[in-house]
Amino acid sequence: MTDAILRVTGLHKSFGDHHVLKGIDFSVAAAERVAIIGGSGSGKSTFLRCLNFMELPSLGTVALDGREIGRPAGGDGARYYPEAELCAVRERVGMVFQQFNLFPHMTVLDNVMEGLVTVKGMKRAAARERAAAELEKVGLGAKFDAYPGRLSGGQQQRVAIARALAMEPEILLFDEPTSSLDPELVGEVLRVIRQLADEGRTMLLVTHELGFAYHFATKVIFLADGVFHEVGTPDEVLKQPRQERTRAFLARYTEFGF
Amino acid sequence: MSYQWDFSGVWSRWDILLVGLVNTVKIAAISIVLGVIVGLALAFLKLSTKRHLSLPATAFIEFYRNTPPIIHFFWFYYALPVVVDISLDPFVAAVLALSTQSGAFYAEVFRGGIVSIEQGQWEGARALGMSHVQMMRRIILPQALTRMFAPFVERSFELIKTTALASTLAYADILYQAMLVNSETFRPLEVYTTIALMYVTLLVTASALSRVAEARLTAYR
Repeated sequence: MTDAILRVTGLHKSFGDHHVLKGIDFSVAAAERVAIIGGSGSGKSTFLRCLNFMELPSLGTVALDGREIGRPAGGDGARYYPEAELCAVRERVGMVFQQFNLFPHMTVLDNVMEGLVTVKGMKRAAARERAAAELEKVGLGAKFDAYPGRLSGGQQQRVAIARALAMEPEILLFDEPTSSLDPELVGEVLRVIRQLADEGRTMLLVTHELGFAYHFATKVIFLADGVFHEVGTPDEVLKQPRQERTRAFLARYTEFGF
Repeated sequence: MSYQWDFSGVWSRWDILLVGLVNTVKIAAISIVLGVIVGLALAFLKLSTKRHLSLPATAFIEFYRNTPPIIHFFWFYYALPVVVDISLDPFVAAVLALSTQSGAFYAEVFRGGIVSIEQGQWEGARALGMSHVQMMRRIILPQALTRMFAPFVERSFELIKTTALASTLAYADILYQAMLVNSETFRPLEVYTTIALMYVTLLVTASALSRVAEARLTAYR
């Protein structure tokens, strides 16, 4: 795997005494789609959030295009991450959150334009054009002037996806994008994500929607106790898991099936 | 009550009271502006994760919040010259007292507004690649402003009323001018009732203006 866009080596993350991630090695190549599954508290969101430095790794390195982010600080493996470097990473690695995190004081169109104008320094007219195109794409062409508070959860999440897409990130991270949605709104968000998959985008998805993960992913990771417990194709991990722990996790999803 | 109200002495000296009103508005306006600057600086210092920045700011804020306002006036006017060998005129001493004490209160208002913004807003901004300054300017402060507004107005009204203490330094504010008129007319009831109504008019006007501003700030809700 020399064509990795993003490579993680020996990643550890602790919150105080709580050791969440315990040594993770991982890489993602262009057009790969990785679904990360696991129980609550397994560290799957924390892992995703370390990739765009929403959380700073306690140990280990994250490299983009072979270049390690940050620089060593002290002799104990900790690193110092200058703000400008992290901002540059986040421009290239977009994120969609469980709670959407739209800016309530801006219209839908302004939400999508914000990164383009403030971060990329784009002229407003050009930014408006691109933002409008992204919103059309997620099916919200009629909501430009609405404020986020007036939209349904599914619509808000689609705006959040358009906001991330507008920045033209090389990698998109989805942190449980449908977990806070009413069941009938999940579909409209998953359809947008599947559309992005069809475009060949590089994406990582933390999810509890195992059915979607099966159809969406090129690779599935089962995370438990802060390590990658099982990694493979969707068929390998979701249909023929080799690890007892994975089987037990999947069994909980089918327990009340009908 | 057989008291005969007689406002004629007050009316004939309206120009003296008008000077006081102008001076009160002037000192309040300048102190609010400077207080906002002091308050913003203190708020960001106190929010800092570096203890050598946050601790002095906390100490400053607590000192001002836990001492009577009049002491600050006396300190800048009578005590500071002992230390630095310059004597401040009453206006400057009063502005310093008012803007530092209001700054201490504004700091808590601003800090409270900033920390009340949900974690998701900070993360949404950072995930787009915004720097700390861009995030503050575009995402956090505009939202914090609407939440700060009501307590900010309340503190500013306190400040306007506290300007009356400047009269103790012989600054010619409404109260000081009223004492002049009183010493000439010996009509304390009429004089102090009149200036009380002047304060009421001033604050009611300010309150109306603030409601217009607040309506514009919160239009998106």
